Amino acid sequence: MAEWFQDNGLLLGLALLDGLSSAGLIFLVAVGLNLVFGVLRIINVAHGSLYAIGAYSAASIGIFLSGRGLPDWASIPTLILSAALVGAILGPIIERLLLRRIYAQEEVVQLLVTFALFMILEDVQKLLWGVQPIHHDTAMRWLGTIDVPFGADFIPFTNYQLFVLPGIAIVTLVGLAWFLRRTLTGRVIVAVTTDREAATAMGIDAAKVFLLTFTFGAMLAALGGALSSPTAALVPGIGAQTIVLSFAVVATAGLGQIEGAALTSLMMGLGRSIAVYFEPELEVVVPYIIMVLVLLVRPQGLFGVIETRRV
Amino acid sequence: MTAPFSRRDALAAGFGAVLLPSTLSAQPAQKPAEFKIGVTTFLSGPASVFGVPSRKACEMLVDQINASGGIAGVPIRASFVDEAPGTDHLVGEFRRLVQSEGVHAMFQSISSGSCLACTPLSAELQKLTILWDCGTQRIFEENRWQYAFRTQGYGTPEVLAPLLYLLKHKPDFRTIAVINQDYAWGRDSWELWKTGMDAMKPGVRVVAEMFPRFGSTDFSTEITRLLALRPDVILSTSWGGELVTFIRQAAERRLHERSLMVLPVAEASMPTLGRSMPEGHIIGTRGDHWNNHPSPANPALFNGLVNSYRQRFNEWPIYPVHHMAQAMWALKAGVEKAVAAKGGGWPSDLEMANAFRGLSFPTPTSTITLREDGQGLEDQIVGLSSFNDRFPFAVPKDMIQFPGEQVSAPVGQKSTDWLKTLKPDFIASAGARIG
Amino acid sequence: MRKIEPFLALLLAAAMITAAVTAPWLRFVLTIALAKGIAVIGILLLLRAGQVSFGHALYIAFGAYTVAFLAPRYGDAVVLLLLAAVGAGLLGLVIGLFVTRYRQIFFGMLNLAMSMVFYSLLEKLYHYTKGSDGIRVEIMPIAGQTLDRVAYEWWIFGIAMGLAFVLGFLIRLYLSSPMGEALAGIKTRETRLEFMGVPARGVLLAAYVMSAMLGGIGGAIIAMTSRHVTPLLSYWTSSGELVFIAILGGAGGVLGPFLGAAAYELVRIYAAASFADAWQMILGAVLLLVILFAPGGLWGMAARVMKGRAQ
Repeated sequence: MAEWFQDNGLLLGLALLDGLSSAGLIFLVAVGLNLVFGVLRIINVAHGSLYAIGAYSAASIGIFLSGRGLPDWASIPTLILSAALVGAILGPIIERLLLRRIYAQEEVVQLLVTFALFMILEDVQKLLWGVQPIHHDTAMRWLGTIDVPFGADFIPFTNYQLFVLPGIAIVTLVGLAWFLRRTLTGRVIVAVTTDREAATAMGIDAAKVFLLTFTFGAMLAALGGALSSPTAALVPGIGAQTIVLSFAVVATAGLGQIEGAALTSLMMGLGRSIAVYFEPELEVVVPYIIMVLVLLVRPQGLFGVIETRRV
Repeated sequence: MTAPFSRRDALAAGFGAVLLPSTLSAQPAQKPAEFKIGVTTFLSGPASVFGVPSRKACEMLVDQINASGGIAGVPIRASFVDEAPGTDHLVGEFRRLVQSEGVHAMFQSISSGSCLACTPLSAELQKLTILWDCGTQRIFEENRWQYAFRTQGYGTPEVLAPLLYLLKHKPDFRTIAVINQDYAWGRDSWELWKTGMDAMKPGVRVVAEMFPRFGSTDFSTEITRLLALRPDVILSTSWGGELVTFIRQAAERRLHERSLMVLPVAEASMPTLGRSMPEGHIIGTRGDHWNNHPSPANPALFNGLVNSYRQRFNEWPIYPVHHMAQAMWALKAGVEKAVAAKGGGWPSDLEMANAFRGLSFPTPTSTITLREDGQGLEDQIVGLSSFNDRFPFAVPKDMIQFPGEQVSAPVGQKSTDWLKTLKPDFIASAGARIG
Repeated sequence: MRKIEPFLALLLAAAMITAAVTAPWLRFVLTIALAKGIAVIGILLLLRAGQVSFGHALYIAFGAYTVAFLAPRYGDAVVLLLLAAVGAGLLGLVIGLFVTRYRQIFFGMLNLAMSMVFYSLLEKLYHYTKGSDGIRVEIMPIAGQTLDRVAYEWWIFGIAMGLAFVLGFLIRLYLSSPMGEALAGIKTRETRLEFMGVPARGVLLAAYVMSAMLGGIGGAIIAMTSRHVTPLLSYWTSSGELVFIAILGGAGGVLGPFLGAAAYELVRIYAAASFADAWQMILGAVLLLVILFAPGGLWGMAARVMKGRAQ
């Protein structure tokens, strides 16, 4: 064992750095989904579409502004602003026009409404952005790289992936935790997450909370997409690929638990990058193995609370 | 593997023709009012980066051919089917087009899985089927098909040509890593490459074999590992968005300074990458149809195709455009040959299919011959990525052209068996510099 | 409504046979629809208990690959159908022992995880499965009879139709048995079931194993019909499609899945034929319209028409 660490310790260190950046991105997408699920009790399949639209919009807006002389440093705030814009526009539209009609319906119907929306938005993306890969990487290029020592060698990492992605993820986590614990609106959201019936009985305007939460969740999905756009080429189908992993994160984390989502994302990000170094063929199934193991030990998810059994 | 068609097969086919009613071969066929083709291609999902340009090309070529009198005087009409929903949908659509729409020929498909699922239908429904893009060697090596023809190269030449180029360009490399998409082409192309490499240059050490999930949007972990391993050569047969993402992330971290990259399907991603493609790496195009081809056989036709595509769609043509064009020209040549053989009468489905065996048809760059097993022999051109002022993206320089026949497994041999027989002295004799 | 269900079933069967006789390509499409209908009855069973499996494509793919792998060795359709059903049932038992401990989102997402693991295995074990290239299934003898292609296709169509009737009838009996009634109990008040001495998990497990077998049978028929199997069969969107069909058809009776499957396949074909690059949008829109304006699905619509006539 000790010998193995001597041989592979350095590689493990690299895997840790890679895992952090990938965990950051997983977290940003999954935490919005988890938040929405906690409050609305809807597994939003269209969260993946919002991710994709966020990515495409950020790239388009970035390309448009760069062409009009936007300085390179401004491309990072642009990413965040375009995500907020996408969430603020699409979130209320989807919640008001669609989801509000089905809150009273069965879980499966709610799931399917978002599945239908996902199918529609897949084609909408194609109509708006075409099928050729789109990429806009000013943010990554402007930040440059940093050489990480590796034995006698060194490995260049992009500052964007090493610092910006995990950084924004941590800021989001801390900000969310503060918002949910310390502000009135946040506490109302927590109250609705914990016990919807009791919360509404106490006079909380559930409709407003739902709208707010969903819009917020949509912004987070779009933010995940926007932040992935500087490093990834955008093609049709990226939403479908991304959302599956987020599903696994939500179930593993526990309903509506943001700390749970953070810890799960970290485990999955690290697990995947370690797999790439030592057993690349396992990389794809690592998140599911983690999910199954966690649920075996904690059936309500990592941070989930056991719901009171209704009699 | 035996000879392509025994007499018994021919008799059985003829006999079946008499026994079976409708759609059938030996019945005198009427000259149709329009020549209908059904085209299967990706219109959604990640592979639509190839599918949509091919559809545009098909529509453009149909217009052009119809404007100049159609095929044997008959105008063409194309209908399109999306490959993305999966095999059961695609097989159903193939049947609908043949049995209900009455198409005269099928053009299929981009995905090898689709081709493997649909090619048997060409025999069952006895309908001329042109495989216009898929690359799997399994189609013509594991079976013989009377109605199916592939009008472009396939996996074996498309992998062997870049391998030969590498062996000529950097004969002293000792280590290699592979990063391919995790699906049939990613796996097959690596097996073909490794078999050929072990035969012609034994002893190369494979330091990493990575097959990230199809559709991945982040390769930073894989790139870190490659940076740490410092292999002499990195092979990737990835394409589309994934190749763009990989190259962008790799170039930013200067992976291209540590290892020579070999990218056999690079061409289609070059316009998207623009100036971010590093120079001096080996790039291929699944054929010989580079936009900067130094000496196309028919320059007027070549420029005509490139320019009219650019004018109409405001983008550069990529290889699926050329593959679609090859299928269309093959169709025209084959059908007109069958009509001529009939002295102007309209050929039956079988007569039409038979006209394609051994058919040679001109492409703007060269000539493609359909072998007796139905496989087309398309030349391959490989070169080093470079920039010039004619194109806003990377194009090859120091190009080497490999004749299709030289880099394809002979009729009746399996690719992997044939690749094992290659000797190191093949490297020097293969291919010739052009340009 | 329940009384006229058998009559309606005969009517639907007659319509399908007429369509299959007039157009050979419809025979193919309708065989697929019947196969998916059989699998969707399994979804319906679980829906009765209020649980949505978002991974039942696993059992379809398992049944299909069972046929593809074993056809060269035990090449008889009847034997293979039995093997696919038993195999899928055993797999369902193993997975069911684990997943029936969970409810709602955990149940749905664990099923999703299982199907995605299976999907990855089909891709990873390339040397056995040929990955995304898939495996070809040749025409096989049926009950010892070697058939030509057209006769074979008719037989498979007939078998699918026969199985649809037999299985539909059996599930109908099951649902009105105490075991079936207990399923509905899981949905409303699970704790009460246990107070009455009914082991809820056992009830759900029995239904789960049955649904897995139905999936395996459906998958086997799909493999025998399309005669080429690929990993896409077990991708998460295929699971979504099954739930889609269940809701489109309506969760009321066992006829719903077949109505839904036939409608789904036909809508998809006509959408693909008229708008090849926007078929997803059309399917999604149809689903939304059904959920929003025709709750109860096609079966519910039929029920309302019948009622209107009776009055």
